[in-house]
Amino acid sequence: MLILECPYCGVKGEETEFHAGGEAHLKRFGPGSEDADFETYLFMRENPKGVHLERWRHANGCGKWFHAARCTMTLEVFGSYSAQTFEPPKEIKDKISAKRPGWSWRNFS
Amino acid sequence: MRRYSAFAIAREAARFHTGWERAWRSPEPKKKYDVIIVGAGGHGLATAFYLGKNFGITNVAIIEKGWLGGGNTGRNTTIIRSNYLQDPSAALYEKARSLYETMSQDLNYNVMFSPRGVIMLAQTEHEVRGYQRTAHANALQGVPTEFIGPERVKELVPIINLNGPRYPVLGGLWQARGGTGRHDAVAWGYARACSDMGMDIIQKCEVTGVRQEAGKVTGVDTTKGPIDCDKLGLVVAGNSGDLANMAGFRLPMESVALQALVSEPIKPCMDVVVMANTVHGYMSQSDKGEMVIGGGTDGFNNYTQRGSFHHVEETVRALVETFPMVSRLKMLRQWGGIVDVTGDRSPVIGKTPLGNCFINAGWGTGGFKAIPGGGWATAELIAKGEPGPLSAEFGMERFIEGRFIDESVAAGVAH
Repeated sequence: MLILECPYCGVKGEETEFHAGGEAHLKRFGPGSEDADFETYLFMRENPKGVHLERWRHANGCGKWFHAARCTMTLEVFGSYSAQTFEPPKEIKDKISAKRPGWSWRNFS
Repeated sequence: MRRYSAFAIAREAARFHTGWERAWRSPEPKKKYDVIIVGAGGHGLATAFYLGKNFGITNVAIIEKGWLGGGNTGRNTTIIRSNYLQDPSAALYEKARSLYETMSQDLNYNVMFSPRGVIMLAQTEHEVRGYQRTAHANALQGVPTEFIGPERVKELVPIINLNGPRYPVLGGLWQARGGTGRHDAVAWGYARACSDMGMDIIQKCEVTGVRQEAGKVTGVDTTKGPIDCDKLGLVVAGNSGDLANMAGFRLPMESVALQALVSEPIKPCMDVVVMANTVHGYMSQSDKGEMVIGGGTDGFNNYTQRGSFHHVEETVRALVETFPMVSRLKMLRQWGGIVDVTGDRSPVIGKTPLGNCFINAGWGTGGFKAIPGGGWATAELIAKGEPGPLSAEFGMERFIEGRFIDESVAAGVAH
């Protein structure tokens, strides 16, 4: 069972309280962009076996979107953090590094 | 290979079954093969089989990290149907369904294909219109299906509750030629035939890297050492993303868990396959008498080969509503598989950014029914280096060009 903590209201809950929103920190492309950029943004995914940064919504709670770092092999959650950021904060990265040395996610690690 | 037949059984019975040979060899890998297929599941073995049968390419290795047919091929709910909305899918799945009809003879291995018929229930007005549209599309595609009313549904499935509290049954899309097959036997039958053609099936051998030179694949690194090849086929379902990482490209796919469960065996009570996509559940009865039940996927990326408990609850709730007798059944086993889902819910069969490296993936929740067709199309792709008519529309480039094969609406959640 997946237990997540909402970084806004601090409530801990299992997965039915939340709604999964897919891969995090996607670079968005708007009108006028190249076809290949749209493909990357809309369809291409990291889909890693291991550390995954993803979006969740506290659907049956405060209703806010947030980010979480999770391992797709063990379902271990390393931590959750604010939605208003382009990459995970240092303490989350350190937590992941402590448990999964040498991890990387696109261009940060 | 000694053929299986009634005479073989009689002969072996007379000598206390001492003469049966192993169905396939377990050789050590050679230094080099013409073609390496990664993944000895249904699609991988079928690809190898049709490479040999249709194109005479038999210097082939099929590499498997676990045991043969132990991934999604051994974890699905064995449903075979081809009532898809879009032309390219209908062509591919109908090819597969028609190959299932003669598979036992072709492979000399009983795959227990049972064309018992598949009903997809229409439980909302939208579904009624959607399935009527599919039935018309199928008529144009040459796939016999029909839209049937609730009385006919009740006739075919006496245990169904037509007037459920939430979603009454308003009709259904009926494909009489659909049905089920024995999933393990499909893998075993193909493996035996491949081994007989001289192909090497190498189990418990994990690919750890993809070797390349000047943009072309030259071989793979494995736990049994490096193996060279001219062409490489990646047919690894849920692990496609991981293998693509090794090969240095990304895929338009995400891996999620899909679960199934079976009940205790009971006397025959339902001789067709019933799928209820609005309430997310589908059920058929195996030859052993177990009710085989499947539901929807989990919403988040997952490689654990197990699913969430609340999805089991959701699926069973849907089935209790549709078949009230299910409430008295004990569930025996529950398991999960990792499926790779694409943006348009249709598979990818095509070239990759790496030269001489081909991929068959993204079958999502519905790969089993497509095994012979997918193998047929992938073999053609690998042998000729270019997609044939069956796979022409299924290349990855469709995501750049916006040429989707949009089945996510047509197929609902259950495949």
